[in-house]
Amino acid sequence: MRHHLILRVVSKLLIPFILLYALYVQFHGDFGPGGGFQAGVIFAAAFVLYALIFGVQAARKAFPDSWLAILIPLGVLIFAGTGIASLLLGGTFLDYDVLASTPTGGQHLGILVVEFGVGVTVTAVMIAIFFAYAGRTHEIQDDDW
Amino acid sequence: MMAVDHLPVLQVVGPLIAAPICSLLRARNLAWFFTLLVSIGAFLCSIYLLNTVLETGPISYAIGGWAAPLGIEYRVDASNGFVLLIISGISSVVLPFAKRSFELEVPENQHSLLYTAYILCLTGLLGITATADAFNVFVFLEVSSLSTYVLVAAGAKQDRRALTAAYNYLILGTIGATFFVIGVGLLYMATGTLNMADLAARVGPIGGSRTLDVGFAFIVIGLALKLALFPLHNWLPNAYTYAPSAVTAFLAATATKAAVYLLLRFCFTIFGSGSGFLAPMVGLVCMPLALAGMFAGSLAAIYQYNLKRMLAYSSVAQIGYMVLGISFLSITGLMATTLHLFNHALMKGALFMALGCVFFRVRSVNINDLSGIARQMPWTMAAFVISGLSLIGVPLTVGFISKWYLISAALEQEAWVLIALILASSLLAVIYIWRVIEVAYLKDPIPGRTVTEAPLSMLLPTWALVIANIYFGVDASLTTRVARMAAEGLVGMAQ
Repeated sequence: MRHHLILRVVSKLLIPFILLYALYVQFHGDFGPGGGFQAGVIFAAAFVLYALIFGVQAARKAFPDSWLAILIPLGVLIFAGTGIASLLLGGTFLDYDVLASTPTGGQHLGILVVEFGVGVTVTAVMIAIFFAYAGRTHEIQDDDW
Repeated sequence: MMAVDHLPVLQVVGPLIAAPICSLLRARNLAWFFTLLVSIGAFLCSIYLLNTVLETGPISYAIGGWAAPLGIEYRVDASNGFVLLIISGISSVVLPFAKRSFELEVPENQHSLLYTAYILCLTGLLGITATADAFNVFVFLEVSSLSTYVLVAAGAKQDRRALTAAYNYLILGTIGATFFVIGVGLLYMATGTLNMADLAARVGPIGGSRTLDVGFAFIVIGLALKLALFPLHNWLPNAYTYAPSAVTAFLAATATKAAVYLLLRFCFTIFGSGSGFLAPMVGLVCMPLALAGMFAGSLAAIYQYNLKRMLAYSSVAQIGYMVLGISFLSITGLMATTLHLFNHALMKGALFMALGCVFFRVRSVNINDLSGIARQMPWTMAAFVISGLSLIGVPLTVGFISKWYLISAALEQEAWVLIALILASSLLAVIYIWRVIEVAYLKDPIPGRTVTEAPLSMLLPTWALVIANIYFGVDASLTTRVARMAAEGLVGMAQ
């Protein structure tokens, strides 16, 4: 891809805006359309584009595999941890009402944190799936069967 | 709220949170120990829940503070409390066994992720059982299924065919789950609700709606695939044969049980009243297939050389007994099914663990490699024989209790042919268990092979289940009491 100058320049221009748009979809999700799933996929799309233009090796350097192994479980923990927090604060599991001083504030805060957890996991899983396929080698030999 | 009030949800959420933490633990012994702690915690939780249910009646829990028909409700009564106990109990017994077994059969760098998949599978099975929301069931069905595919594929170090077995299971399991969710969608379309109690209340007045009937048919077929009812059992023999030994023991004793429980729930709690579709569906479809499965499974088991595959086919036959119990549509029949859920978990768990011990020493479970093995591994083979007798249904074992109630249910309806068929298929079990006994006890050991008894960490869990086989066979008062409450609860909610 080294000679595709236009692709490289345009994607370098686009990637920051894709990331920013993902963050908008993530954090505006409780007022408008959006949320963790959509934002996570958009965020990951930026890395997929980067990998397509600059190569999987460069993308792996930008987003190391060790981060993936931590971020995937971390998002789930943020989600479930919110549930446990509301449980410890006297509500039932995932009862956001108790998270802040007013029930409405609690619902806002709860959905924001939970969706952030979803976003983290979805981003990391999407990138992990892409890396797994893009980095695949022909390891299955004929005599393995 | 008191801490114990949260137990219905903690039963499921505890393992759910533990799974991502386990994936972060790199040391395999630590991951194993952590998994064991989680499993024992879930087991204690299920004991407490079942005990409370038996004393004070069903427990309901509203997730997120949204009350029942709108929000997701977790509801524990005698029938699912019993299944929770089976799943978490078997998991806690299999895990001490699993450590040495995985060390041999699975590459070292996969251990912490394998234990993560194990916890996720446990989460899914517990979630399927605890929830009272039809769509939530589907979510946990997927959690348990996806992790099961990973667990089965982990057998690839021993035999690459584990990968195709897991892939085959993935395709068929996905079809089953899709049928299930289509059925739930049709129910939602007809009733506008997903809560099981609410569904039950609304299905009744609607009566003979075609949408409901089609939805019910989709759900039954989807679940029949998941619980491996003949002839939808095709994924099961390969998956059980090529999965690591400990995984097979865990899955054989729990995964199909959760699906049978769901079938009970949908047939009786939700469709028990109202739909005139239940009786023909169960009588014309489930009963013939159950009978066919009892014979096809047992006959296929007789001709297997790989003993894990033999027991897998035997599971197909045993699932036939469970579905046969359902198809009597009577309290005694439901008791037989519920008892067999528990009893079959004990016997199949013990049998597969005994085979796991054999594999650990001999590196094969082919019947030709086991001649005279009983002289070298007396305790392992004794465990196999006792749980084999239980599988056949010999008195003083749990197998007898199951068969007794199954035959009682047939007697109530004076179905003499069915009684003859149940006894005949038990005789087939004698044949395939005897084949193993003959080779292991009566033939001479293979010359020049020195095999010693399996390590204690594998023998003790195996024998724990063997002793449970005898204990609950001699004194079945506890299990029959719970089974009666469960059966009456399932039918009672329908009225």
